[in-house]
Amino acid sequence: MGAIIRTENLSYVYNPAMPDATTAISDISFEMQEHEFLGIIGPTGCGKSTLITHFNGLMRPTSGKVLIDGQDIWADKKEIRKFRFLTGLVFQYPEYQLFEETVEKDIGYGPRNMGLSPQEVDERVRMAADFCGLAPEMLSRSPFELSGGQKRRVAIAGVIAMRPRLLVLDEPAAGLDPEGRDTILEQIKSYHRETGTSVVLVSHSMEDVAKYADKVLVMKDGGIAMYDTTQQIFARAQELLDIGLSVPQITKVFLRLREMGLAIDTDVYTVKYAAETVLRFAEGGDGDAS
Amino acid sequence: MLRDITIGQHLPGSSPLHRLDPRLKILLTIAFIVMLFVGTNPLGIALSLLFLLFCYTLARIPARMMWKSMKPLIPIIAVTAILNLLFIPGEPIFKVWILSISLEGVRYAILLAVRIVALILGASLLTYTTSPIILTDAIERLLSPLARFRFPAHELAMMMTIALRFIPTLIEETDKIMSAQKARGAELDNGTLVQRVKALVPVLIPLFLSAFRRADELALAMECRCYRGGEGRTRLRQLHIGPSDIVMTLLCVAYFVLIGFSGYLYGLLAGALA
Repeated sequence: MGAIIRTENLSYVYNPAMPDATTAISDISFEMQEHEFLGIIGPTGCGKSTLITHFNGLMRPTSGKVLIDGQDIWADKKEIRKFRFLTGLVFQYPEYQLFEETVEKDIGYGPRNMGLSPQEVDERVRMAADFCGLAPEMLSRSPFELSGGQKRRVAIAGVIAMRPRLLVLDEPAAGLDPEGRDTILEQIKSYHRETGTSVVLVSHSMEDVAKYADKVLVMKDGGIAMYDTTQQIFARAQELLDIGLSVPQITKVFLRLREMGLAIDTDVYTVKYAAETVLRFAEGGDGDAS
Repeated sequence: MLRDITIGQHLPGSSPLHRLDPRLKILLTIAFIVMLFVGTNPLGIALSLLFLLFCYTLARIPARMMWKSMKPLIPIIAVTAILNLLFIPGEPIFKVWILSISLEGVRYAILLAVRIVALILGASLLTYTTSPIILTDAIERLLSPLARFRFPAHELAMMMTIALRFIPTLIEETDKIMSAQKARGAELDNGTLVQRVKALVPVLIPLFLSAFRRADELALAMECRCYRGGEGRTRLRQLHIGPSDIVMTLLCVAYFVLIGFSGYLYGLLAGALA
């Protein structure tokens, strides 16, 4: 299993050599293995969005390299479009990019740009719509008469229909109600599970990242603050709080328990795991807690 | 690509030029542009350039910004200069086929190109040193005497303010939509003209939709704050002409008079040298 994406000393500066030059990300080196589900979190303005727009060559690094599947994407400028199809990028509020008359045509825009045959496009549209929970009869409707959550799903389906090897989503659940939020994230997770596509989920909701990601990249001030498995990251809950991020509520409960003098593990980030930890603690932990 | 547009770009600062009353600043800019067309002799042009150089230094605007505001207009300047170069009649000094270049042509082309550059730099100086809001406020004040003749000065100024306010927003929006469509494989940068126009549809439709949505929201927000037009509206920031404004204006006017008479002075100078 190779690295689907790797960055080497990646930096990006907005308005270089101007009085208002700002370094968005600096010296970022990390790699992500294929078939993983990676969560990227960090406070607002820490460079999350800038980082992910480098993953398919929409932004050209000021310095450093981006490698997809081992190939430097900027090695040949003319070949950049190839990588746009390898990495599917879903921006924040993607429903604002819908433009076709029907949902079907809109989802098919990406595949058509790839130069696929009409049958292939049709098949992919149906598959993608299905993954995103869009009923077949919805395909003939105008995307502009759908609800916000439905529009969002159409937009995500438009990227999934391209069958990228790496699917990157920037805050896919922002601005949705709790139910819509869970639905969309569940669908992404099951898409990941069924197809094995590598997924990057950018979010500032700790709850979401804790629930879905295998690994977490924590960003701060344009750099990497932590990069580890989800469990290891939440074991450092106090550091997360110091960065200005929140931790899942269940983790807060355990942090408080520890503060109150209980020698209990605090690497808890899901309710299920919390229950196990409590049971383990109740069975054998009594001895060393004092 | 779109970020290179400098129209209406403002560089905040606290130089005397930034603080000069915007009404006077507008009038002085117009006077300067008029002077560019009065003082067409080399001395006049030199004095104008010197004035610009002094102002840009005073306002601490980096030389890069001067270049940036000029860059998109270089083709126009070049074409004008070349046309003048070829079509001004006079003693030919250079001849190829039916094209002849005269000494007068060269002289005129250079002076014209420099004059256009000075014009652009002068106009840019106004927007660089004045925030759009203050600028439109000043325009409204300058036009307000016309309100007596039912000229919609306030409405015009409000429209300008809103338009200027939304230029950066819409540019940002366009950038975002273009990125999103590029991520879906849109080819916006190459192809034939027809292909390119077609490729713009996925950008323009969402852009128009969002512009209308924003307009709706803005109208609602303005109504919620009881906006009813300019009548009886008071201002948080009143414009005042202070002593320093008067001094600066008088200095500028004196200098402009000098430029105006530069033709006469240039004649004297040339006569003395000859």
